[in-house]
Amino acid sequence: MVGVFLRLVGRELTLAVRGGIGTLMAVVFFVIAVTLFPLGVGPELGLLSRIAPGAVWVAALLAALLSLDRLFVADHEDGSLEQLMLGVLPIEFVVLAKAVAHWLTTGLPLAAAAPVLALLLNMSVDGLVILIVSLLLGTPILSLIGAVGAALTVGLRRGGALIALLVLPLYVPVLIFGVGAVEGAVLDVGVHANLSILAGGLVGALVLGPLAAAAALRMTVE
Amino acid sequence: MATRATGATRRGRTRWASIHFFANPARFLRVARAVYPWAAGSTAALIVAGLVLGLYVAPPDYQQGDAYRIIFVHVPAAWMSLFIYVVIALCSAASLVWRHPLADLVAKSSAPVGAAFTFITLLSGSLWGQPMWGTWWVWDARLTSMLILFFLYLGYIALHAAFDDPAKGARVAAILALVGVVNVPIVKFSVDWWNTLHQPATISKIDAPSIDSSMVAPLLLMAAGFMAYYVTVLIPRVRAQIASRRIRNLRMAQVSR
Repeated sequence: MVGVFLRLVGRELTLAVRGGIGTLMAVVFFVIAVTLFPLGVGPELGLLSRIAPGAVWVAALLAALLSLDRLFVADHEDGSLEQLMLGVLPIEFVVLAKAVAHWLTTGLPLAAAAPVLALLLNMSVDGLVILIVSLLLGTPILSLIGAVGAALTVGLRRGGALIALLVLPLYVPVLIFGVGAVEGAVLDVGVHANLSILAGGLVGALVLGPLAAAAALRMTVE
Repeated sequence: MATRATGATRRGRTRWASIHFFANPARFLRVARAVYPWAAGSTAALIVAGLVLGLYVAPPDYQQGDAYRIIFVHVPAAWMSLFIYVVIALCSAASLVWRHPLADLVAKSSAPVGAAFTFITLLSGSLWGQPMWGTWWVWDARLTSMLILFFLYLGYIALHAAFDDPAKGARVAAILALVGVVNVPIVKFSVDWWNTLHQPATISKIDAPSIDSSMVAPLLLMAAGFMAYYVTVLIPRVRAQIASRRIRNLRMAQVSR
């Protein structure tokens, strides 16, 4: 079972690597979106360092959203999703494998790119480390909640815009605690509470996310 | 589904308490027809009584003057918006677990009403905020979580409408409602964490309420009136849903023949 799970993750990663630049789209979008903030609010460094945690996190949120609509749709179109659902792996673990692969191809690169962008926004060095940690804890939650949204809309023609409407309100707590942790580090008022809540949310999402997404897939895929 | 409904009918009156009692649409329609005039009548009576007590009898607030009177609309609307979301979640659970055919329809019919109450809450809060806080919108915890609740309602309605097959849309939207109800407390908690500017709750302190009884009475009357209003608009909506499902089934039968 573990072997099948790992092979499924491997398959997704192979598909992502073969996808070329399309796979890096989330990171490219992330970089461009963060670059827009100084252009929008002005180049004053004090202001930029104030909005840096929020700007980076909001851009990461939107970047993670970007590739969600393809999470199940490509496999649904060519019929391999049905095959995966009929296979030995419980559907919950199929979803989990998909979410893990989604995180490895979006969340992890986002966390890697974030410190450079944060430097562009004049964030202090204390904030950088916590920014990476908070993104490493928070972006898996985004992938797991996103998998639920993707599973709910898998059979629909215009699922993409709908996913944003369904998923973004559910992303609010991740945003709040993620930004809270980074601001806590920048202002030196402690980061443990926010990071602990993010970690707890990750554990909860790991359990509940695949359950909800699998239930949704059973209904949307027939 | 059909066999289950007839099973409940056969066992008849001994199964009054059963959740499947109203699963029979014909029985539901009979009861609804009897309840409807009472619900409509009490809506009018309760809201008129609440408005008269609230706008003329209750004294002005010592700090806020007459502006506080908007709570007689604002607070009951906020209660209803949360209550209806819980109703939708419970109906969704019933529809997923028991395939209860009416629960789907009640959930679907409730959503726009709940969204409207949420909107009224936001609007009246904003109108109250202008004289009190000097601004139309404050990013305080309660307004913000209400705004997110409004987005959740919109997502639920949009997902319901996105499917060509209404039965499938109902099942998928039911899952979203359950995901949402797990998330609403988390969102509430996170938004409270994020910002605590709003004045603390006035009605939750049961032993020593910080609002005068002359103000509580109209508030509770209005809340009861809003609840009756919800029932009053729910009944025709569910009736229309049942009728449209019948029309759909007839059309399908016609096409397949």
